[in-house]
Amino acid sequence: MVENRPFLNFLTHLVLILGVLTVVFPVYLAFIASTHGPTDFMSGIVPLLPGDHFSANYGYLLGTGESTAGAPPFLLMLANSLAMAIMIAFGKIAISIISAFAIVYFRFPLRVPAFWLIFMTLMLPVEVRILPTYKVVADLGMLNSYSGLVIPVIASATATFLFRQFFLTVPEEMMEAARVDGAGPMKFFRDILLPLSRTNIAALFIIMFIYGWNQYLWPMLITTEPHYYTVVMGIKRLASVLDGDNQWNLVMAGVILAGLPPVLVIIFMQRLFVKGLVETEK
Amino acid sequence: MASIDVENVGKVYSGGVRAVTDIKLNIADGEFIVLVGPSGCGKSTLLRMVAGLETISEGEVKIGSRVVNNVEPADRDIAMVFQNYALYPHMTVYNNLAYGLKNRGTPKAEIDARVAEAARMLEITQYLERKPRALSGGQRQRVAMGRAIVRKPAAFLFDEPLSNLDAKLRVSMRGEIKRLQRRLGTTSIYVTHDQLEAMTLADRLVVLNGGQIEQIGAPLEVYHAPASTFVASFIGSPAMNLVKGELHGDKLAIGPAMVALNGFAPTSGAVTVGVRAEDLRIARDDEEALPFHLEYTEELGAQRLIHGTVGDQQITAAVSPEIALSPEMRVAVDTKRLHFFSIDTGKRLPGNVPAEAKLAPVEPVI
Repeated sequence: MVENRPFLNFLTHLVLILGVLTVVFPVYLAFIASTHGPTDFMSGIVPLLPGDHFSANYGYLLGTGESTAGAPPFLLMLANSLAMAIMIAFGKIAISIISAFAIVYFRFPLRVPAFWLIFMTLMLPVEVRILPTYKVVADLGMLNSYSGLVIPVIASATATFLFRQFFLTVPEEMMEAARVDGAGPMKFFRDILLPLSRTNIAALFIIMFIYGWNQYLWPMLITTEPHYYTVVMGIKRLASVLDGDNQWNLVMAGVILAGLPPVLVIIFMQRLFVKGLVETEK
Repeated sequence: MASIDVENVGKVYSGGVRAVTDIKLNIADGEFIVLVGPSGCGKSTLLRMVAGLETISEGEVKIGSRVVNNVEPADRDIAMVFQNYALYPHMTVYNNLAYGLKNRGTPKAEIDARVAEAARMLEITQYLERKPRALSGGQRQRVAMGRAIVRKPAAFLFDEPLSNLDAKLRVSMRGEIKRLQRRLGTTSIYVTHDQLEAMTLADRLVVLNGGQIEQIGAPLEVYHAPASTFVASFIGSPAMNLVKGELHGDKLAIGPAMVALNGFAPTSGAVTVGVRAEDLRIARDDEEALPFHLEYTEELGAQRLIHGTVGDQQITAAVSPEIALSPEMRVAVDTKRLHFFSIDTGKRLPGNVPAEAKLAPVEPVI
């Protein structure tokens, strides 16, 4: 729509600014709160300007942690979350790209039923199968371990489906040309499909990293040792101190810390993502 | 270099759909064969069976003296040029050309030399570091050709390689493919639905229809002595006129008109008569001719096509644009150049060899 009317310009900007404010203001509030001392919230009025406890709050949280609330140092939890999110993202991409490759390029018995079975699990969130999964993981002795955190959520029907759709758009002649050029299936996968999938991989990595980072219920269920706590769980622990007031400044600092890595991943990966979009062509 | 022998090959797809029936074709070393036919006639299927991209349901394909029915495409010593080129979009032109050689473990120095040679031959040297998307259609086509050439295969297989190009480029690339093939002397099979492409490129044409061979022959042989009404109507532009006629002794009746055949009548009774547009001319007043009712004309520049009816049958004639036209005319036929086909089978009737079929051979230029 190309229109040039001052009033419309004003209106569109107004809507945009309102939208941005709606999204940004709570984040701003959380950041401001995280820079105040514990007593600044007693009055019931949330301050709107930064306080002077920034380094104290963050230092305390990252280094020592709120041990009375049962939360280990945030640095450890951040590392746990990062490890879990990265393993989940890589695992999901690796598994789903290989299964999509199998489904699209090989003819084997029960290929179509296999695809539809995978596709149907799209409709089942983790929560639905959480009890049987817990039982299996517990019986395998994977409670309180990274493998227990990662493996049960490592398969992705969504990613498999997306890679399948992408592979279907790659012209069949490409595969035939590679066959004539002496590339076997794995070579074709490595030399041609993988480079062509770069953009899809980047996009899925962002989505899956954030999915992994935001895991809450599952880590909560299978980790009882503070050593394996993830940062999203840590916030919950901070916010539910038994008797006594919540230390909102620390809770908010935890929220900011937990929110930062996904933001960084998006900022960093988006460049790669856009670059990939511009450069590849089928 | 090798000969290719296709022995009684058939293709039945799962589900029982038959695409190709009992094809027998012996291709000599260095020969340029064009498979031509309408879409769905099985020409691509046949080519892909030779390439190894389709399994062979019946019969045998031999490249050289080796039966290749169960040999992987890469091991058949063939190279293929695809309709949409199928270049690897993420690789530079150099890597596109080199990929097949790398996979075969060719030493780096030899890859460099072969790519450089092919690039020089196709005049794409300055594009070697570009990616395919930065190239025009004609340049991509050259890269696709280059990918086939660097391998120095026993045979080139072309699957409608020019149909994505514009008309002008198609003509120039056609010439280039022909020249290149002459120069390299590599056995080639070329699939097209364009009869003009087929005529200009082929050493021998194979006309396919409904999964079966209708006729094999040199382009002019096929043009001047089509084996069936299908070939007659498919090869040549405008298509050969096919009309119903009746032979009475030495006379041929077409609609209301009667033509004396001067001693040439292969049979008697009803036949399908074929006559090329250029073998018809506006008749002089004193000669035997067919009454022609003009409907519309098409200007080709050098020629003018006049479309009309003789009796109730459609006829097209090619005449000089300098001849004045009127709505009702008379056209004369060169009776020596008539083609007679069986009205039941559509096959050419025996003993029916047009006088002018023997033409002066063209000395190879290259």
